Amino acid sequence: MKNHTFVRYRVIVTLGLLMAGFLPSRAEAKKLNVVTSTTDMAALTREVGGDKVNVEALARGYQDPHFVEAKPSFLLKLRQADLLISVGLQLEIGWLPPLITQSGNPKIQVGAPGYLDASQFAEILEIPQGQVTRAMGDVHPLGNPHYWLDPDNGRRIARGIANNLAEMDPSDGAYFQQRFEDFDKRLTAAEQKWDEEMKPYRGRKLVTYHRSFPNFAKHFGLDVIGYVEPRPGIPPTPTHTLELIQLMKRENCRVVLVEPYFDLKTPQSIGRETGSQVVVYLPSVGGEKGVDNYFQLFDYDIGLLIKAFNATK
Amino acid sequence: MRHTSLFAVLTVLLASPLFAQQSAPSRPGQTDNAALLEKIRELEDRLISLEGQVRILKSQQAPPEAGAQEATAAPQGQPPVAPTTSPTSAAATAVTQQQAIALGGAGGSAAKALNPDISAIGDFISVAGHNSVQPSPSLEMHESELGFQAIIDPYARGDFFLSFGEEGVNLEEGYITFTALPAGFVARVGKMRSAFGKVNTLHNHVLPWVDRPLVTNSLVGGEDGIDDAGVSIQRILPAPKWLFLEATGQLFRGDSGSAQSPLFKASAQSDLSAVAHLRSYKDITESTNLDIGLSYARGHNDLGTNFLTQLYGMDATLRWKPLRRSIYHSFIGRSEFIWSQRRQFPFEQRAFGFYTSGDYQLGRRWFVGGRYDHSDRPETASLTDNGASAVLTYWPSEFSQVRGQYRFTRYAGNLDAHELLMQVMFSLGAHGAHPF
Repeated sequence: MKNHTFVRYRVIVTLGLLMAGFLPSRAEAKKLNVVTSTTDMAALTREVGGDKVNVEALARGYQDPHFVEAKPSFLLKLRQADLLISVGLQLEIGWLPPLITQSGNPKIQVGAPGYLDASQFAEILEIPQGQVTRAMGDVHPLGNPHYWLDPDNGRRIARGIANNLAEMDPSDGAYFQQRFEDFDKRLTAAEQKWDEEMKPYRGRKLVTYHRSFPNFAKHFGLDVIGYVEPRPGIPPTPTHTLELIQLMKRENCRVVLVEPYFDLKTPQSIGRETGSQVVVYLPSVGGEKGVDNYFQLFDYDIGLLIKAFNATK
Repeated sequence: MRHTSLFAVLTVLLASPLFAQQSAPSRPGQTDNAALLEKIRELEDRLISLEGQVRILKSQQAPPEAGAQEATAAPQGQPPVAPTTSPTSAAATAVTQQQAIALGGAGGSAAKALNPDISAIGDFISVAGHNSVQPSPSLEMHESELGFQAIIDPYARGDFFLSFGEEGVNLEEGYITFTALPAGFVARVGKMRSAFGKVNTLHNHVLPWVDRPLVTNSLVGGEDGIDDAGVSIQRILPAPKWLFLEATGQLFRGDSGSAQSPLFKASAQSDLSAVAHLRSYKDITESTNLDIGLSYARGHNDLGTNFLTQLYGMDATLRWKPLRRSIYHSFIGRSEFIWSQRRQFPFEQRAFGFYTSGDYQLGRRWFVGGRYDHSDRPETASLTDNGASAVLTYWPSEFSQVRGQYRFTRYAGNLDAHELLMQVMFSLGAHGAHPF
């Protein structure tokens, strides 16, 4: 008999503990789990999601987003995701699709409500006209996927993400809307500052390693006259490098921008030949310590550019 | 629908300068200009968002219902149920069709968007040297692999890989993957390369060598390997946060290996074969990781229903790839150990084999590697073959590859073979990425 009550007591305690265990976790479960392919999308999601969402990026900011390894540890993040935000335009084609398939998570499959291709919100440049062939290199047939480096696109993406979050979690819809408006305000102010800072350098010419800069260049009125890569994804060749050096001399272009994941050997030899500044710029949030949000990314890159332009006056 | 709104936006855009001209003199110009600028910016945003939706519709690889729904669901917050009966998506589909008629070229590409991703991979091998035990042809179009891959519906995707020899075709793989099952299960039905170890799962074009290791050729069914029709189910297992643990269970008809010397053979309908695989994976640092797997396979061999062959395997892979220089340097070290237990007359044969390989990426286009091979023969385990290879690979781009391999083999009975293998591989079209 005594034993019986003891058992019953134990059952009640266990149930109580279980409930206690569940309650906070349920309150937490209300937080949406968002996984993004790159750090930039994560940064924008954090801006509008605030503390109502958990955000994690798969790729690191200093990593080439074309060539991320589809590590199984990513699956652990993806299988618990409510929302997957990708850059799209086939940037992640080499690694994200098998991860989505293997995740066993119906919510984030392509076409499901938890899959968001952020490129639909942004202004896309360099959409190839006519027939696309691999003779052009690793060209993206849907347009240039490095579109987030334009503050106006940042605003558009953030608005799209905020709307999507509100749709998935309507009870916090007003919160996301308010966060977006706040972000919009801060971004507009920052944009004015950036535009002001970059104004004296409008029309300046530069060369980038990969075609990852068109949106930034368009927004700030810079002129990208060539690329270190002869074609997207094809490593530099001696002939192309010579041609580029001649072009730069002719056009009096003396700034070379390199993404942090490319080898500096060729850019540096171009720099020596043409007297150019070789600058490792950051295409993504998290590329260096202290560049942890969307604003710091522009602050950092604009700082670098101004220094390089001034040094090559 | 989309057409109309695009039109409306354009009309407003065109009309707004007119308004501006009319009202400008009567009001203080400064604030009005700012408001107008604001308005134009808003319209620009709307235009860009419409462009984005059109792009998504055009490029969507999923069926049009799903794609259209994704686009229309956003403003209306409509739950994604019953795509075909929902009037909005039906309307959207109709719009797509209208576009197809009206726009010609653009409509054509919209129709093409529903085609699966099609790819062809050519694998040309030439062999020079002397091998009296297992001679290879001097020049051979070893394999032409055609791939058709697409998302079938919101619940599944399909993958076909047809492998053409110089004569004859073989369905290398053809399966449906159910991606939307409850409780995190992923299931496959069709013909597939089984999950036994690492090399068995890999297509020829993703191997780091021209050939397959001796132990695969001797104990695991050769180039075809355990590749059979059946069902597969896999799931990530609960584990501590730092550990990835995944279990796979597969059931096949029971026919595997090459036609001449099958590994498994179903003499009766009930002679099914089964494969189980447990995979564990851990990130040691952000650039280094360790992947360890255990495998088991059983099936009936060519002697008949009463004769079982069982395989036990262990595989270990160490990968290193510095993230900042991921396209220039990497290292993969890999080993597989396989034990075979084959029932036959007069008594069971227990054979063992393994390979150990290392591949280092020297630069963006160059890879160098080596492999050591050791394997008993499954039917006469006392006969053991050994081998060693050195491999050099060059990538003109991601889509083609030239590889040379020097292979030395010492077959049982001290028969030596020295061979030089040359391989050219090239890839056309959109070949989906392979799992890690």
